[in-house]
Amino acid sequence: MAREVTGMVERRGMGLWFTHLLMIAGVLVIFFPIWLAFVASTVTQPEIVQPPMPLWPGDRFIENYTAALFSGVNVPVLTMLANSMVMAIGIAVGKIVISLLSAFAIVYFRFPGRNIFFWLIFLTLMLPVEVRIVPTYEVIAGFGMLNSYSGLIFPLIASATATFLFRQFFLTVPDELAEAARVDGARPMRFFWDILLPMSRTNIAALFVILFIYGWNQYLWPLLITTDPSMNTIVMGIKQMFPSGDDVADWPVIMATSILAMVPPVVVVISMQKLFIRGLVDSEK
Amino acid sequence: MATVDLDNIKKRFGNTEVIKGVSLSVQDGEFIVIVGPSGCGKSTLLRMVAGLETISEGELRINGQRANEREPMDRDIAMVFQNYALYPHMSVAQNMGYGLKIAGLPKPEIAAKVAEAAKLLQLTDLLDRKPKQLSGGQRQRVAMGRAIVRAPSVFLFDEPLSNLDAKLRVQMRLEIRELQSKLGITSLYVTHDQVEAMTMADRMIVMNAGVAEQIGTPLDVYERPETLFAAQFIGSPSMNVIEAEARDGMLHFADITLPAPSGITGPVMLGVRPEHLAPDPEGPIEMQVLLAEPLGANTLLHGRLTSGAGFTASLPGVHRVAPGEGALRLSIEAGNMHLFDAKTGRRIG
Ligand SMILES: Nc1ncnc2c1ncn2[C@@H]1O[C@H](COP(=O)(O)OP(=O)(O)O)[C@@H](O)[C@H]1O
Ligand SMILES: [Mg+2]
Repeated sequence: MAREVTGMVERRGMGLWFTHLLMIAGVLVIFFPIWLAFVASTVTQPEIVQPPMPLWPGDRFIENYTAALFSGVNVPVLTMLANSMVMAIGIAVGKIVISLLSAFAIVYFRFPGRNIFFWLIFLTLMLPVEVRIVPTYEVIAGFGMLNSYSGLIFPLIASATATFLFRQFFLTVPDELAEAARVDGARPMRFFWDILLPMSRTNIAALFVILFIYGWNQYLWPLLITTDPSMNTIVMGIKQMFPSGDDVADWPVIMATSILAMVPPVVVVISMQKLFIRGLVDSEK
Repeated sequence: MATVDLDNIKKRFGNTEVIKGVSLSVQDGEFIVIVGPSGCGKSTLLRMVAGLETISEGELRINGQRANEREPMDRDIAMVFQNYALYPHMSVAQNMGYGLKIAGLPKPEIAAKVAEAAKLLQLTDLLDRKPKQLSGGQRQRVAMGRAIVRAPSVFLFDEPLSNLDAKLRVQMRLEIRELQSKLGITSLYVTHDQVEAMTMADRMIVMNAGVAEQIGTPLDVYERPETLFAAQFIGSPSMNVIEAEARDGMLHFADITLPAPSGITGPVMLGVRPEHLAPDPEGPIEMQVLLAEPLGANTLLHGRLTSGAGFTASLPGVHRVAPGEGALRLSIEAGNMHLFDAKTGRRIG
């Protein structure tokens, strides 16, 4: 990888300028709407409504963000952020735990029905939340888990993809390692905890980033099972803020909420990326 | 300190029998080498002793007690794997102490034992390193260290030197042997390298296709191979084998006649080690030399007998053979001829 990077740096002259120009243009195009949202979150309502839209931030940053965080439109954004956080972390951690354990079982144990279980897990790949949403709703309602964190988290936890990822990784771990641990006296769970888990660190970090964002961006499921505004998650909450009928939309607060909704995933990506890359650099396989 | 007894041990994978009944009594402190070509079942045999593979039939006794059903950790063994199997995320010290940690020893005691083993193996300066920061030879030593900290009754080695370069291999061979005799721990050592087997073993098992062809000291096997396979596998360059016919107390092959041991008639296989041949203008064996390999101390001459069979002689010193004119007469002492039954391959004289 290092060599590729040097190769790119060493490319000189027109080619270098051109590629940079192209990349900068690409970034600007993608970044522009986000910039507009940010600008809109720092001005007053009338300034947004009358054209032309302002392109530079106003002076209402503190007021708008305070309003969003502590009162919001229906419910304070702080509450929704907390809900989203619980749900995203719950889903990411839950998915990782379950898939680590199922991959461990599938790779390291010979039990009757191993193949059947393997294919059953495989099958769930073809059944995303949207497909099974009605029966899942029935079940969750039956358990009385509407408007609860468990209702938000549990149905989204099973993950065939993550199970496969860990299965593939475990298959690359040499058998000798498991045997050495056995000779050292490690029982299976001890081997899992002391050896397999630390070795999977980088995979877990990468997966956590992906799954956190997956959980954070859930829209349909929370919309369906949370009727109590205090259980709203932020991604669905933004939509709930849009006015119905003739009400006036409070655009600065909505835009502030949107910007706030982006912050946690960005923080997770940036902070975990460091760990992720460090893991890749001193890869220990 | 322990004895290990294998009593007609067999292993089946599904319907294929991989180990076809091996029996062996290992004395306390003995160094046994299991040697054979790739795929003959050496590892499988060792892994059954380790408890990593179940024993299909027969009994394994460690210190006289049946161990077939015991978990590896309860057999009081330690194993050194071919690829070392070091835990990549643990330091050298943690790798060596892991077994003790699981056994629940207090930390200071683990540290003391690890330090002691590290000293023995000259690993003291490397204790904080990770395996990937070590050279092959150092990893090998750590794997050894992990085995010895637990002071097991039995050491098991599965081709531990096969990933090292030739020079290091010779050095580690000596180190392992030295360490083992210092500690006096009963050892089973698997290798496909007959030189390793010859140089390290107190006794060796020559295995072929799941069968122990011969069990004995290296010199026993070299001087009196019990089967054709053992005869050809042990010794380098490998033994010449010629189809011959025993008649009236004489051995006939091609136009050559040699005196035969008494009481043998019919088709036999005659085995002659290259190093037992001596140049002799009157010798009964005539060989057309096609290729000479000077090794310095001796010279390998490869060629053909008048019958067309391939033949190798190893003569001491330097022999310059001009290409084309290399007809050479050789003789052999009667005591250095090995006769094997042509059908069963078993030794008959
Ligand atoms: N788990 C297994 N399942 C089926 N066959 C096996 C298994 N392990 C080893 N074998 C077979 O047993 C034979 C002996 O293998 P092994 O003991 O590894 O040989 P060696 O160590 O002497 O090279 C080989 O033919 C191999 O294919
Ligand atoms: Mg092997």
